[in-house]
Amino acid sequence: MSSITQPVGGHGHGHDEHAHHPTGIMRWVTTTNHKDIGTLYLWFSFTMFIVGGIMALTIRAELFEPGMQILAPERFNQMTTLHGLIMIFGALMPGAVGFANWMIPMQIGAPDMAFARMNNWSFWLLPPAAILLVLSLFVPGGAAETGWTLYPPLSIQSGMGMDLTIFAIHIMGASSIMGSINIITTILNLRAPGMTLMKMPVFCWAWLITAYLLIAVMPVLAGAVTMLLTDRHFGTSFFNAAGGGDPVLFQHVFWFFGHPEVYIIILPAFGIISEVIPAFSRKPVFGYASMVYALSAIAILSFLVWAHHMFTTGLPAAGILFYMYATMLIAVPTGVKVFNWLATMWKGSISLEAPMMFALGFLFLFTTGGFTGLILAIQPVDVQFQDTYYVVAHFHYVMVAGTLFAFFAGIYYWLPKWSGKMYNETVAQWHFWLSFIFFNVTFFPMHFLGLAGMPRRVPDYAQQFTDWNQVATIGAFGFGLSQLVFLYAVVSAIRSGKPAPAKPWDGATSLEWTLPSPAPYHSFETPPVVK
Amino acid sequence: MTAGNASIPGGGRKDPRGPGNRRLFFKLGVIVLAMFGFGYALVPFYNQICRATGLRDIDQPDEVVNTQVDATRSVRIEFDTNLRNMPWKFRALQESTDIHPGAVTQVMFEVVNNSDHPVTGQAIPSYGPQFAGQYFRKLDCFCFKRQTLAPGETRKMPVVFVVDPKLPRQVSTITLSYTFFEVEGNGNG
Repeated sequence: MSSITQPVGGHGHGHDEHAHHPTGIMRWVTTTNHKDIGTLYLWFSFTMFIVGGIMALTIRAELFEPGMQILAPERFNQMTTLHGLIMIFGALMPGAVGFANWMIPMQIGAPDMAFARMNNWSFWLLPPAAILLVLSLFVPGGAAETGWTLYPPLSIQSGMGMDLTIFAIHIMGASSIMGSINIITTILNLRAPGMTLMKMPVFCWAWLITAYLLIAVMPVLAGAVTMLLTDRHFGTSFFNAAGGGDPVLFQHVFWFFGHPEVYIIILPAFGIISEVIPAFSRKPVFGYASMVYALSAIAILSFLVWAHHMFTTGLPAAGILFYMYATMLIAVPTGVKVFNWLATMWKGSISLEAPMMFALGFLFLFTTGGFTGLILAIQPVDVQFQDTYYVVAHFHYVMVAGTLFAFFAGIYYWLPKWSGKMYNETVAQWHFWLSFIFFNVTFFPMHFLGLAGMPRRVPDYAQQFTDWNQVATIGAFGFGLSQLVFLYAVVSAIRSGKPAPAKPWDGATSLEWTLPSPAPYHSFETPPVVK
Repeated sequence: MTAGNASIPGGGRKDPRGPGNRRLFFKLGVIVLAMFGFGYALVPFYNQICRATGLRDIDQPDEVVNTQVDATRSVRIEFDTNLRNMPWKFRALQESTDIHPGAVTQVMFEVVNNSDHPVTGQAIPSYGPQFAGQYFRKLDCFCFKRQTLAPGETRKMPVVFVVDPKLPRQVSTITLSYTFFEVEGNGNG
C-alpha cells in the first residue's frame, strides 16, 4: 500500500515501528495494524468461502440425480461436515472479525485495537486451523463424517480426521476468544472523548455484544470437543455409553454453545445493516436505544433456548414447553429490529446503490428465514421437520441471505473507505441480482423437499425428489458463479476504480467518513472530539 | 460499564498500553476460564437433573410403589443377552418366565470371561416394547455397577424385579435385553 502516511510528530513507539517496517509478505505476517489485519481477515474469509463453496457444489452435483454418482457415501458426509465447519468457522466468523478490525477503531475514534500484537496472533492462528481441516480429507478414514455438530457415538468411533477437526476447533476457538477480548477492550477503553456507549454506531454495539457471547460460549465448545477427545483416546466416558456416559449430554453441551453461536453469526450482520439502511435512507436509524436493547435481549435469550435443537431426544414435556416458548420469545426483539429498519426507511430519501440492494435483500430473505425458524420452534412441527431439507433451507436463509448478504452490503459500503476507489455500480448490481435470484432458486425448493420428507446429509434420495433437487443444483452453480462477479467487482475497484471522495455516501454519518479515502494507515492518533 | 475517565466526560479513552487494558484483559480471561469450567460442570449437573427427574436412573434400584399382586393375568418375560465386542460368554439361565404383575421375581444370568486377562464390562438394559420399561422395576441388578471378571472366571448374577400392575392390559410379553459393553481404560489394554 503506497498510502502509508508519515507520522506527524507521532508518539515515540509509533516512530520505531515505521523505521523498521517490513515489506512484501513479512509486512502481512508481522503486521499489528488493525487495517492490515482486517484486510487479512476479509481475504481469508473469502478464500474459505470459495473452498466451502466448492464443497457445497460437490454436494449439489451429487444430488443432481438420485443414486450414487461422484461421491462415495462417506465422502459425501465428509463434504457436508467440512462445508459446515469451513463456512461457519472459516468464512462467516472471520469475515465478521475482519469488519470489526477495520471499522471499530475508526467508528469510535481509536488509533488501533487495544492489543495490537494479540490481534496479529489471533489472525495467524486461523490459516493453520483451516489447513488442518482441509488436510483431514486426506488422512486414512478421511475427514469427520458427523456433520458440523460432531455428535457421538459416531464422533467417538471415527478415524483420525476427527482428531484433526477437534484440534482445528481448539485453534479457531482460541483465535475467536482473543479477537473478542481485543474487541471488548477496544470498545470499552479506547473510545474518543465524548463517544459515550450510547453514541456508538449500532455496528459497534452489535460487535460488543457478539464478543461477550463469544467469550462465554467458545470455551464451552472447547470443553465439549476436549471431552470428545478424551473419550476417544484417554478412557474417559463423558459421552461413551459403554462407560456410563450419555451421548445426549454432548448435544446439550454442544448446543449450549451452538445456539448462541447462531447469534454470533447474525449480530454483526445486524450491525452492518443498521449502518447501511440509515445511510441510504438519509435518516438516522429509527429507535437507536431499542436497537441496542433488542441486541442485548437476543443475546441473553440465546442462552435459554438450546434444547430446541433437541426436540426429538425425549425431553420431558415441561422442558419442551419451556424451550418452545423461550424460542418464540426471540421473535420479539428480532421483530423490533426488523420494524426499526422498516421505520428507518419510512419517508426516507432512499437510493438503491449496491449496499442498499443487499440490505433490502437481507431484510426480505432474513425475515423469511426467521419465519421458518418460528415454524421449526413449534415442537410438534419440528418432530416432522427434524433433519429434513426444511431445516437446511431455514438456516441457509438466515446465514447466506442473512449474514453473507450483509457482508456484501458492508463490503460495497466501506470498500471506498478501505481502498480509496469506487466499485463499478453496474457490476455490483449484476452481482446483487444474480445472487438474489440464484439464492432463491437454490434454497426455496429445499422447503418443498423438506416438507415432502427428504432427509438431509444423505447422498441418495427417492425418485420423486428429483425435480426440485435439479432446480436447487442449477441454482447452486448459478450462485457460485455469481460470486466470481463479486470477485471481479472488488478486484477491478481496487485496481482501476475511480478515486473515492472521503464521504461517497451523502447519508453516512459515522466517524470513519471524516477520514480521507483511503483511510490513512494510522488514523485518529489524536482522538477526535465527539459532541 | 463505562470505564470512565474523570477529566473527559463520556469517553473512555486511555493510553492504548495502559494498565486499564491489562486489567480488563485479565477480567475477561477469568470469564473464559470460568466458562471452560462451566462446560465440564454441565456433566454432573446433567446427571443430577436426569436423576432428579428420573430420566436416566438405570443404575439405581427402582422404588416399588405398589406391591399388590395382580393374579388375574400373567405376563411372559423373555430374556435376551448380547455382547458388544467382548471376549465373554453371556447368557440367561432361563429363556423366559411367566409372572403375575406385582409379584417379586428373581432370575439368574451367567457371564464367563474367556480371555486371558481381566475384563470390565457394563451392562445396559433395554426393553421391548420400549414403553414397558417404565413399568419394569428392578430391585437388584448386575447392571447397577460395572462387573470385572478375572481370566476364566464364571459369575452368576441375579436380577430381582417387579412388573408394575399398572402395565397396560394389552401387553402380554416383555423382552428384557441386556448388552454388555467393555469399559476401557482399566488395564485390559
